[in-house]
Amino acid sequence: MLAIPFIAPNAYVVSLANMALINLILAASLNLLMGYGGQISLSHAGFFGLGAYASGILNVKLGVTPWLGLPAAALITAAAAWVIGLPALRLRGHYLSMATLGWNAILVVLFNQLVNLTGGPNGLLGVQPFALPGFEGFAGLKLDTEPRAFPLVWLASLLVMLAILNLLRSRIGRALRAVATNELGADAVGVDSFRTKLVVFVLSAAMAGIAGSLYVHVNQYASPETFGVATSILLIVVVAIGGSGSYWGPLLGALTYTALPQILLDYEDAELMLFGLGMLIVLIAFPGGLASVPDALVRVFSRLFASKRRP
Amino acid sequence: MNAKTSANLLQVDGLACRFDGVTAVADLSFGVRAGEIKAVIGPNGAGKSTLFNMIAGVTRANAGEIRFDGARIDHLPTFQRARRGIARTFQNLQIFRDMSVLENVMVGRHMRGSAGVANAILHGPSLRAEERAIAAAATDLLDRFGLADKAQMQAGALSFGQLKILELARALAGAPRLLLLDEPAAGLPHADADRMGEIICGLNREGMTVLLVEHNMRMVMALSHDILVLNNGRRIAEGTADEVRRHPEVLAAYLGEAEDA
Repeated sequence: MLAIPFIAPNAYVVSLANMALINLILAASLNLLMGYGGQISLSHAGFFGLGAYASGILNVKLGVTPWLGLPAAALITAAAAWVIGLPALRLRGHYLSMATLGWNAILVVLFNQLVNLTGGPNGLLGVQPFALPGFEGFAGLKLDTEPRAFPLVWLASLLVMLAILNLLRSRIGRALRAVATNELGADAVGVDSFRTKLVVFVLSAAMAGIAGSLYVHVNQYASPETFGVATSILLIVVVAIGGSGSYWGPLLGALTYTALPQILLDYEDAELMLFGLGMLIVLIAFPGGLASVPDALVRVFSRLFASKRRP
Repeated sequence: MNAKTSANLLQVDGLACRFDGVTAVADLSFGVRAGEIKAVIGPNGAGKSTLFNMIAGVTRANAGEIRFDGARIDHLPTFQRARRGIARTFQNLQIFRDMSVLENVMVGRHMRGSAGVANAILHGPSLRAEERAIAAAATDLLDRFGLADKAQMQAGALSFGQLKILELARALAGAPRLLLLDEPAAGLPHADADRMGEIICGLNREGMTVLLVEHNMRMVMALSHDILVLNNGRRIAEGTADEVRRHPEVLAAYLGEAEDA
């Protein structure tokens, strides 16, 4: 993956790779909450936007370096998720979906209306890129082009993926999956279901905040329509297509989500329709998403061979 | 309170529960001594399940007190009662079906671990050591109950009898002091029910206190040190197997049920 900036034919392809990695962070963090935790959040794009605007505004208005903006974005989105999750996660069923749907809608209104801070519908302009500070014999380097930003985005997504893997392989990850499959059983063995769900909701929002910070400093721009409810729904589709509850599913989902629209660009008006059609086919044929395709094929072939061997 | 009741591991006083005007349990008091096997029996609708759910914290009592090891627990949510040492199995299995057999038991040990989120994400040496300890304890339990060869299987793929054993192993993984068993033999063929009885007996010999609800009278009579008989949410008899068997109200309740059926 690291070789992409060198072998890619042009900066456009590298920008797609950056976007795919940012989408990977978004899909993987949503998968942690949805695929493993069984909680559907409809404000993942909202948290993504909150992270982007938090980091971007700190930078534009207060001159805060992106290196501080990124952890600040994570903290701010985490705090927001905590406030939303505290009441919403106490109730079972679809309350989290409802509450987060409303929350995302509110965020978009704020992004549009707080013109002095966010630049309103015109977007937030003048965001500085990440920069390596200069020292003796080194002038410093602005990560202001897509190929220059790529290693940073790559490293960040790698760390997020590693964090998720580590979490899943711990008692917290097991408790999360237990709560998702059987809350009554989890309660009975001393798992605090509410706290477990809240912690993971906050964590997944913080990761979306990190993605937002990366996005705003790599693109050096953000505008409200990127972070709408529609994007939140698309992210759920991305997780489902990749394979909800599968560790590598989000990677397949993010790659598909980033690449497919480019491939379908030639079909112009039919683009969205083909995208939707492909989505339906994948989910009907492979309910476990793209990540389940190899297993499903192995099963089909072994059944074929088994039936051929019979006289 | 005399010395005898205060030594009880579990003490229930004046417990009552009503659903929409229907009294499920009324003014019920009894104790479970540390180290004994106590059975709760009674005809269908006698209030056994409601009583169990109130002790476990799934159902809230309308009145009365529940004490565990001398401290009130009736205001605590289920998971906190579990953490104090009350483990349970379910009549309708509540297994984590998508997780492996080993993972099911490891979740049972969750409360004996302490690693937080940050530690889990960083995966440092202390977390690895704790994870190894949890896995080792879970593996020991699977060994003990003959499920070791199925450790990596998905739990949902086990047979009903194996799931009952798995749920028991999961309950034991948290090192409880009181085991609530909700119909441990229900649905099991004869041989498996006998094996379950032996397992419970073995646990008790090691000092485990057991409170069980069971319809299999053969098992109840063979295992229990003490039997509590409920009918219409009230206690009608309490004592050893022999005492209960001869109790006129018990005979009437069971004969009455037989006539209704």
